[in-house]
Amino acid sequence: MIPAGSLLVAEGLRKTFGSTTALDDASFSVHPGEVVAVMGPSGSGKSTLLHCLAGIVRPDAGSVTYAGREITGLSDAERSALRRSDFGFVFQFGQLVPELSCVENVALPLRLGGVKRKEAERTAREWLERLEVGDTARKRPGDVSGGQGQRVAVARALVASPKVVFADEPTGALDTLNGERVMSLLTDTARRQNTAVVLVTHETRVAAYSDREIIVRDGRARDPERVA
Amino acid sequence: MSSSAVRVRVARSPRFRDPRPQRRPRYTHRVYTLSTVTLMSIGHALLGLLEAGPRHGYDLKRAFDERFGQDRPLHYGQVYSTMSRLLKNGLVEVDGVESGGGPERKRYAITDAGITDVERWLARPEKPEPYLQSTLYTKVVLALLTGRSAAELLDGQRAEHLRLMRILTDRKRSGDLADQLICDHALFHLEADLRWLELTAARLDQLASEVRA
Ligand SMILES: Nc1ncnc2c1ncn2[C@@H]1O[C@H](COP(=O)(O)OP(=O)(O)OP(=O)(O)O)[C@@H](O)[C@H]1O
Ligand SMILES: [Mg+2]
Repeated sequence: MIPAGSLLVAEGLRKTFGSTTALDDASFSVHPGEVVAVMGPSGSGKSTLLHCLAGIVRPDAGSVTYAGREITGLSDAERSALRRSDFGFVFQFGQLVPELSCVENVALPLRLGGVKRKEAERTAREWLERLEVGDTARKRPGDVSGGQGQRVAVARALVASPKVVFADEPTGALDTLNGERVMSLLTDTARRQNTAVVLVTHETRVAAYSDREIIVRDGRARDPERVA
Repeated sequence: MSSSAVRVRVARSPRFRDPRPQRRPRYTHRVYTLSTVTLMSIGHALLGLLEAGPRHGYDLKRAFDERFGQDRPLHYGQVYSTMSRLLKNGLVEVDGVESGGGPERKRYAITDAGITDVERWLARPEKPEPYLQSTLYTKVVLALLTGRSAAELLDGQRAEHLRLMRILTDRKRSGDLADQLICDHALFHLEADLRWLELTAARLDQLASEVRA
């Protein structure tokens, strides 16, 4: 059963890469402002599920409905426009543009949305302050620590007030303390602005920041709360 | 469970009391089960063993010791007091008595109510507490022995653990440093439990073939 009022719903997702079945009848749903952890063994299909939900990868079968609109049938251009306007992303590493300063990186989603440079960078600075990395503003990503870089990435994911943030192992490269900080900053901010978070993680302490978890096993996603 | 109970459990472990060298366990059965089937769960363990078919008292004790009591066999007295409690509660019935008649000669059979009781016990997640994997281990083995889904049992337990971890994480976020440290201490222990749950889930097939061998 799909809970009423879901923002993003996937049903019967199937995806194969050559002879590998990455997703096999996977289902998922998230409400506005809800933080859902996606857990499961390595290779079970978590990242593939996230990529399908975010419109990065087109599933072989099944549907992804975002805000009442089926998105698997959209063109590449339409899907990337949707990603820019409504989604934010945090990955394990390598996501910031190395040639841009941290403040320019954070301002990027706003600039792509048509906000003027000065205003975009002012807002970006506020976000860096909020995530306790205001002093990285003029540095390049290569010149800040992993923990700082990850906070910059979280700022960038949230700056354009997305409806959904997709985070794939956002704390994977961080030590415990930094991981905890990043998670509490990410989820506090997301809850405050009613942003849903799809959080892929294999760390249970990280998953404990979620409202609910689903488990992916052999490409099948199941929601322990929905089985009962 | 209070921490003193945990300490007693460790102090009683035959591995600490018995100075004789012991054979290394073939698998984790012994490590986890030496003193771990608590009084509470002996009844359920015996019931679970009866599900495969009726057994005499002595046979039941032997089966229990083999599975769960290598380092700490049941006393006959424990078997009989447990069985008379189960009889009184209608979870088992006497299925026959061998001539010569001590209580060990009674043959017990599980009743429908008994099967339901085992079912409920397996399905009910344990309250998260330190070092509870041992009880969980017993549940997993019994689920495998009785053809129930051990994977579902592990998933249910995992959800229960995560529920507590969420509560602690929430408390940590709104609390002061002392709250944070206390919650973190508990969180790391729960995380260790969860790793065990995951590892066991990943090894279920292997465990199933050993248990059923
Ligand atoms: N682009 C690809 N080409 C080929 N195979 C792929 C591709 N992406 C994923 N796979 C395969 O699909 C399966 C699921 O991969 P996926 O990355 O979704 O797993 P995961 O659950 O995210 O694992 P991890 O926890 O290790 O990140 C794996 O067997 C993987 O090798
Ligand atoms: Mg992955």
